[in-house]
Amino acid sequence: MSSAAIPAGTKWWSGGKSPFNLSYGKMMMWYFLMSDAFTFGAFLIAYGTTRFSANYWPDPNHVFDSAPFIHGGAPLVFVSIMTFILIVSSVTMVLAVHEGHNMNRKGVEKYMLWTILGGLAFLGCQAWEWTHLLTGENAVLVNGEIVEMATTVKVNPWGDVVPGMMHNGHQVTTPGPVAFGGFFFGITGFHGFHVLSGVVINIIMYIKTRLGHFDQRGHYEMIEKAGLYWHFVDLVWVFVFLCFYLI
Amino acid sequence: MSHSSPASSEITFVQHHDDGTFKKTVRKVTIILSVVTIIELLCGLAIFKLGHGSHVAVLMIKGLVTILSLAKAFYITSYFMHLGDEIRNFIMTIIVPLLLFVWFIAAFLIDGNSWRTMKNTEAGSKPAPTEQVEKGVAPGAEK
Repeated sequence: MSSAAIPAGTKWWSGGKSPFNLSYGKMMMWYFLMSDAFTFGAFLIAYGTTRFSANYWPDPNHVFDSAPFIHGGAPLVFVSIMTFILIVSSVTMVLAVHEGHNMNRKGVEKYMLWTILGGLAFLGCQAWEWTHLLTGENAVLVNGEIVEMATTVKVNPWGDVVPGMMHNGHQVTTPGPVAFGGFFFGITGFHGFHVLSGVVINIIMYIKTRLGHFDQRGHYEMIEKAGLYWHFVDLVWVFVFLCFYLI
Repeated sequence: MSHSSPASSEITFVQHHDDGTFKKTVRKVTIILSVVTIIELLCGLAIFKLGHGSHVAVLMIKGLVTILSLAKAFYITSYFMHLGDEIRNFIMTIIVPLLLFVWFIAAFLIDGNSWRTMKNTEAGSKPAPTEQVEKGVAPGAEK
């Protein structure tokens, strides 16, 4: 930890230096991320409140039970792939920041590329999952008639099963809670938008690295700031994963 | 190998990890995050096998998964984001405001719970037991 490295008798508030030992930009990145944490927190807590107020809520193991080439019956498989993709891309980002400390431009370039690739892979997975939910038709009983229903922000087929009623070999259900789709697409979409902007930021950082901008400055602090944002995206996913897929 | 200079003259000291310690720390944290995620997935599988009733075992597993997620959050911020390397004054300006979440989560989940209790009284919108399936309305769905 840092305390051992602090010069003895440092007076942080005597002026002429940053009292937090940080540049303005890095400190503000931290405060931006804190405010972003409250935004995500508010969304997830709204979802929690709605879920606590409902007598019935869809079982995530039933809703998210498919993956490419696996049609149902495989809960947690696809989302665990997505989670590991983000963890790995976080690790490559840490390595890029460390290469930046060592002023090793080639190393930064290599690990930034891997991080960008991880981000794109995650976005691809999310695109598949959204497509699967938005186009997957399930038999639902509405006003005494069976209709085919996909998962959208307006309707979803994830209500309770109607006892003893089958349609084309599948259990017929009632419509699920209306709020389910809105919360799912809203929160995973907001997170996905963060991943997308993180990928764009990382691509810009990669280009700036290649152009030698950071070598000219004598430091790679921009990579650190982009890294903070990228780790935050991973951090948010820990809680999105918890709230939507695990519990 | 040359080290980068501080990003600003206002920075008093820069924390440098030598390559050996750094690699060891990253390996350790990566393994911890992966193992915790695998345990979380096993918990999710256990919830799936036990069914989704609100009986005590399922609730306890859900509590465990929540604690494990907080542990992951600690490792990501402390080691990957290097918050643990910052000076204490700065760490406090991040951690203390986040304590607001304790009230935030508790208040709103209790509110949601109380809302459900009120809905389920005769004075609320409690549906008659037979009505639900006949009309094709999910129990608890908004009207």
